[in-house]
Amino acid sequence: MLSRLKRDLTMAEAARAPGGARVDLLLVADMVVPGSKVLDIGAGDGELLRILGEQRGVDGRGIELSREGVNECVAKGLAVIQGDADTDLADYPDDAFDYVILSQTLQATRRPRVVLEHMLRIGRNAVVSFPNFGHWKIRLQLAFGGHMPRTDNLPYSWWDSPNIHFCTIKDFVVLCDVAGAKMDRAVAFNAWGTPLRFNAPWWFWNLFGEQAVFLLSRRG
Amino acid sequence: MGDVDTAPDAASRAREADAPRNSLVARLGADRPLKLDAGVELAPFQIAYKTYGRLNAERSNAVLICHALTGDHHVASVNPVTGKPGWWETMIGPGKPIDIERYFIICPNVLGGCMGTSGPASTNPKTGQPWGLEFPVITIRDMVRAQAMLLDELKIDTLFAVAGGSMGGMQVLQWAASFPKRVFSALPIACATRHSAQNIAFHEVGRQAVMADPEWRHGRYFAEDASPRRGLAVARMGAHITYLSDAALHRKFGRKFQDRENPTFSFDADFEVESYLRHQGSSFVERFDANSYLYLTRAMDYFDLGADCDGVIANAFRGAETRFCVVSFTSDWLFPTSESRAIVHALNASGARVSFAEIVTDKGHDAFLLEEPELFAIVRGFLDGAAKARGLKNGK
Repeated sequence: MLSRLKRDLTMAEAARAPGGARVDLLLVADMVVPGSKVLDIGAGDGELLRILGEQRGVDGRGIELSREGVNECVAKGLAVIQGDADTDLADYPDDAFDYVILSQTLQATRRPRVVLEHMLRIGRNAVVSFPNFGHWKIRLQLAFGGHMPRTDNLPYSWWDSPNIHFCTIKDFVVLCDVAGAKMDRAVAFNAWGTPLRFNAPWWFWNLFGEQAVFLLSRRG
Repeated sequence: MGDVDTAPDAASRAREADAPRNSLVARLGADRPLKLDAGVELAPFQIAYKTYGRLNAERSNAVLICHALTGDHHVASVNPVTGKPGWWETMIGPGKPIDIERYFIICPNVLGGCMGTSGPASTNPKTGQPWGLEFPVITIRDMVRAQAMLLDELKIDTLFAVAGGSMGGMQVLQWAASFPKRVFSALPIACATRHSAQNIAFHEVGRQAVMADPEWRHGRYFAEDASPRRGLAVARMGAHITYLSDAALHRKFGRKFQDRENPTFSFDADFEVESYLRHQGSSFVERFDANSYLYLTRAMDYFDLGADCDGVIANAFRGAETRFCVVSFTSDWLFPTSESRAIVHALNASGARVSFAEIVTDKGHDAFLLEEPELFAIVRGFLDGAAKARGLKNGK
């Protein structure tokens, strides 16, 4: 399910950097200190782990729900196991990783708060990227079309969507507060993968950011 | 079971146990005893093994293959006893996932086996007679200790990889737990950290079948020129069912009759599946020793990695730098995926680097021995990744 979302993102020709890698993945990778130990939840076909390994020299592990995704990752030599973010994170010890990454997967989990809390427990840092449901195109579709929004990045009809917990950037900030996360960095970017102005106000990000990436750590 | 009645060739099997054909043999003298979990020492003893490929100058490309309960060391070349191809030739060979142009493969016959490594069919040096039940009861850990002594003999400090399925997978896990520094990567396939109650139960049925055969003679059949062929064949028939799956049996045989249109209203092998099992039983006794079967099943029963560390399996792998790749099969009900998942949980909890793949197949436990392209891709990918990390050069 999670990998399906990722594949569709790829198929939708999500913004790509000149090297061919997806911009959102590069932005996520950019938040990771080289040489650190990383867990990628929802590893999909292993693209992010590959980038992290090749470009950042990271010791990467992954969890992926779909069997096809897992087997593809393992055949590529990546350390990925079959598992479910909603149930299997509890098995990991505290502080096992420098970074725990949840890329384009938060909205597909059953209990996003619990997942985020586990991420902050397992890793010293958490990186979360997600589609912003407050983007103006989505707002327009709901306000004037009167139907659940569908975009290139979120192409599903409401009845077969794996995405059960959409949020806006503003909503995510509230979750961070509730889950005890400190926001160390945040990036929002538009449909072409261009990051929005760093000093733009939150409402601007919430309206014009199609996707967002947050670097979090435990508060206190 | 008509063909089981052919005259037993006990003498030739005893010869194979002491002087195996087409095998290398490491003989460890009285000065280097093998300390067994049972609290006794085995000395002298010997290990029969095969090697394939070439050890590199750094001695860093050795791959140890651990065979399963009824396997042997003829893993990638013709078996001198059966005349059949090696049991893992689909996996091991030039250009195969475990590539003999790149790696140096070592496959020893397991301790307690009957193909050249010391076991109950071997000659007890103290009496000049086959050991029989005088042979000490052994464990998976003893098997691994013996293999480590073989590696010392070969002057191989660190293995690039240890791989095996079923009982072989248990040895792989034991290797990683006992000698973490000597194992760079580990491939436990279709196995578990402990033998389940159900599996012990199946083994007990097999052992009782052997021991109920009057020809078994309390394990002294060699000396008394007897052979518990029927008992061993029945044990094999029962066990063989557990290696398959309902779906695979149905696909292969269904309810088809064997060479007949109608039932005979007798206890002949009317059904194809009966005939198949009888064949499995009778061909097995041609190549395997009944006492070995008792000892090896017992070793599997005793296997419980968690018990060695207060029930916390994760502690068995604490601090392990070994790279693991755990593989299970969807239709394997002898070592179901849940068992592999328990291994993965323990490895994760200990912070080890682990991959885990479950392969969809209806072939049951034996799938690891069969043509499974996805398994080959995973093993190849995992070893390629590990070879890169180890700095091994590509092929020739």
